[in-house]
Amino acid sequence: MKGITEPPQAEIVEVQDPTEHDLLLRLRARDERAFDDLVRSWSPLMLRVARGYVSTDASAQEVVQDAWLGVIKGLATFEGRSSLRTWTFRILVNIAKTRGVKEHRVTPLSSLTPDDDGGPTVDPSRFRDADDQYPGGWTPAGKPQRWDVDPEGGVLRGEVRVLVSAAVDALPERQREVIVLRDVHGFDSDGVCALLAITAQNQRVLLHRGRAKVRAALEGYYVRETG
Amino acid sequence: MTHDHDRGLDIRCIDLVELVTDYLEGAVDEDRRVTIEAHLRLCGPCATYVEQMRTTMKQLGHVPVQEAEQLPAPVRDQLLAAFRAEPHD
Repeated sequence: MKGITEPPQAEIVEVQDPTEHDLLLRLRARDERAFDDLVRSWSPLMLRVARGYVSTDASAQEVVQDAWLGVIKGLATFEGRSSLRTWTFRILVNIAKTRGVKEHRVTPLSSLTPDDDGGPTVDPSRFRDADDQYPGGWTPAGKPQRWDVDPEGGVLRGEVRVLVSAAVDALPERQREVIVLRDVHGFDSDGVCALLAITAQNQRVLLHRGRAKVRAALEGYYVRETG
Repeated sequence: MTHDHDRGLDIRCIDLVELVTDYLEGAVDEDRRVTIEAHLRLCGPCATYVEQMRTTMKQLGHVPVQEAEQLPAPVRDQLLAAFRAEPHD
């Protein structure tokens, strides 16, 4: 316990969760039980997030292990500007990204197009011209056809899952990151912004472009199937 | 009714499709929200488009992810040892 003093108040002022403040004190006081509990409680989610960046489960495990080692090293100087959880996941994502690049997890196509051109997310030819009676409205041929989706929203057919997975993999990296955290893993908007250090607006743009592309992939599937 | 119809014409389909996520995230101002909802009541194709974006989000939630697996015990033991060994400052 030598040398452990309560950190100055300013250092922890933005740590919202009082239990997290307590946890941080216990970790700094070398409470092994607290550390082990934390590893058990956060590692499953960390493994899932890491797996989005690297090629194998074994690789994801190493990423998580390295992230925890980073946390151990960083605890003494952690300033509490973000929550302990966000800080930990940011360490994780940095390590996972580096690792993913080494493993060429990013497909050649998306690495050539780090982001897209920012153009329309729906083909403009599906809308009426400016001189039409309803400019910018859907054309008869362009309007979206209804999909024959399982109305109970039950278990998806395997081929749809494969298609959605492939569409996500084909997204530019930043769109993929946001969509995987938000829509696949269910992180909330604030969590994703903190994790990826992006603004809420930027996040919505990336999310929208990503979702629109996955929608287009599904449209290709359903329309081909029914049409 | 007529007023609602007019509001719905304040936005074009080609612009609405770019606002779907902002709308679903509650990130449009009140005036814009009212316009979008009026448009969706009178435009079947746009309503279908928004519904398909919701379906897409739902299907993304079903993309197979690993079951919540745990870090293996030997790895956790190694981490605990590292935690124990980290020099006190």
